[in-house]
Amino acid sequence: MHVNLLETGFVEGGHLLVKRALRLAEKVTVRGNTGDLELHLRAWCRTQGHGFRWEPGGYALLTRGSLADARWAGAGEAGGPATVADHPPRCWGLAARGAVVEAGTPEFPFLLSDKSEVWADDAARLYAQAVANQWDPAEAVPWDAPFELPPEVEDAVVQLMTYLIENETAALIVPSRFAAQLHPHFREVMQVLAIQAADEARHIEVFTRRALLKRNRLGLSTAGGQASLKSLVEEPDFAIASFLLSVLGEGTFLSLLRFIEVHAPDPVTAAVARLAAQDEARHVAFGLAHLRRHAEADPGLRGRLAAAVQRRHESLRHTAGLNEEVFDALLLVAAGSWDPDQLRLGHRRVMRLVRDMADGRTQRLLRLGFAADEAAALSELHTRNFM
Amino acid sequence: MTESVLLMGAVAYDPKVVTIWDGFQRYFAARGLAFDYVLYSNYERQVQAHFAGHIHLAWNSPLAWLQSERAAAAAGRQARAICMRDTDCDLRSVIIVRSDSGISETGGLKGKRVAVGASDSPQATLIPLNHLAASGLIPHHDFTVLPFDVLTGKHGDHIGGERDAVRALMKGEADAACLIDGNHLLFSQEGTIAPGTTRILDSTAPYDHCNFTVLDGAPDALVDRFGGLLLGMSYADPEVRPLLDMEGLKQWRVGRTSGYAALAEAVDRFGTISDFVEALAARCT
Repeated sequence: MHVNLLETGFVEGGHLLVKRALRLAEKVTVRGNTGDLELHLRAWCRTQGHGFRWEPGGYALLTRGSLADARWAGAGEAGGPATVADHPPRCWGLAARGAVVEAGTPEFPFLLSDKSEVWADDAARLYAQAVANQWDPAEAVPWDAPFELPPEVEDAVVQLMTYLIENETAALIVPSRFAAQLHPHFREVMQVLAIQAADEARHIEVFTRRALLKRNRLGLSTAGGQASLKSLVEEPDFAIASFLLSVLGEGTFLSLLRFIEVHAPDPVTAAVARLAAQDEARHVAFGLAHLRRHAEADPGLRGRLAAAVQRRHESLRHTAGLNEEVFDALLLVAAGSWDPDQLRLGHRRVMRLVRDMADGRTQRLLRLGFAADEAAALSELHTRNFM
Repeated sequence: MTESVLLMGAVAYDPKVVTIWDGFQRYFAARGLAFDYVLYSNYERQVQAHFAGHIHLAWNSPLAWLQSERAAAAAGRQARAICMRDTDCDLRSVIIVRSDSGISETGGLKGKRVAVGASDSPQATLIPLNHLAASGLIPHHDFTVLPFDVLTGKHGDHIGGERDAVRALMKGEADAACLIDGNHLLFSQEGTIAPGTTRILDSTAPYDHCNFTVLDGAPDALVDRFGGLLLGMSYADPEVRPLLDMEGLKQWRVGRTSGYAALAEAVDRFGTISDFVEALAARCT
């Protein structure tokens, strides 16, 4: 086979022509008009293991080396683009699903590498939905809407936002941690966890901005609330953490955020609660989807999840749970005024919220296959901090 | 020094040297060869240690090979090269100028500034300067030598000196630069040498580079086993391929000493190693 690079240098793309020719033929002559062609071909052939001879006619004769394809001896495909392996080996590393992976690729210490533990058939759809529903805090929230609240009501909103921020911070950390432990072969799950963390980052942004809209300081953060979140952040098991965070915690938050939206005293508070709730619904859906699949493959999972709820309940038994200021703030926001009758109404509304939260948890536990009495009992044991 | 463990010397010109030899050590151990290595900061120290019996063999630069070969001859001993890389064979150095320099032949360098690498670099200093001298241009007399002395003692293993020499050429601080062919390709690929901006003025004859040097008295069985394992390494083996990539070879070859004549001529002309060899031989006799 003959290659003539003409005025194109070997390093200017000429090497592609030479490589292609050597794939097709064992012997290749190379001509060209650049002054460094001989030098570059000679040096390149040496490093690649190809034979090189400069012929009297002013051209190179290349002989394909026996080791030209040796790098790919023993290489294997990392599954297929649409074929998800049950136990992808760690030596597939970060390779794209379906890529051909060189033998000897270093192993990555992915802790989550069993499909049964992490996979959800719905993951791709939920990720696509999340991408399509991303919203821009600058555009989606009417930050400039005119309103002025009574000082105590504004304080109550600031307290709620302060509480939401620390809870959403936990909800950002948990999926981020597991995304880093997940075998990237489960691409769709990795993407769901990543966008979940991005959602929470946005929630933290809008809640912070609402808190500081009329004030220059935030509200109170209690030891009991943080003890509850710490037990969530430190949970090392993906299934249990996902269960506590997404199914129970974020599920409960769905009710809370919709409550805040309905009773919000101003349009900004209503908007941030509504936008956050629509994201949280996706997080709950993913948690339910992969845990339902996991539970079908592993009948012992439900028992471990139930034990985790009881364990967490015991560890938090002596903490205050939801801080008093958050409860009072919810009541005041739901009442809308200091009128005693309105306060009573607000209290009834909050009590209704608590029942709604418990009912929602029970329903989701039923969907995971828990028996009715067990679901009701576990729902009651959920942390008083809501998340 | 126990004879059950083969001890090799290598020069630490880059942190990857540890990765390479740790990897080879595991490879040898899995095949029953007890092997260890000692790192030296420069080749002169390594050659001295070799003659002092601290190590059984040395992964030597071509200059260190000549130092060993000559000191051995002077002391009545024998040195041999047992293995080398496929990429150690038939290298060339080039002398390049800027395309717009107006220098069209080697004689045009008279009175000019020629940038070279480390003072002890065979490929970027000694061999090309000797080539110019053989052409009638005496360094420091007929032209100015601009040394880029990066990490002296490492015999040009560090690429920095050649890169600095080329940069000086590109900035107009030198009229010519000397470098090995492989680095000309590398610098062209990475853009240090832009296409069309330089021209190859001259090229040396082919020469060889590193080898594993053994002196008489080394434990033959261990050395033979070492050489056999090296020659048996396959680039298709994923266990050693990353190590071969780092060391820059596809295959080990049986050592040859026919490719050091140009360097020998250079060190004779410039007296580069005569004092070192004389002092070392004196200590051995």
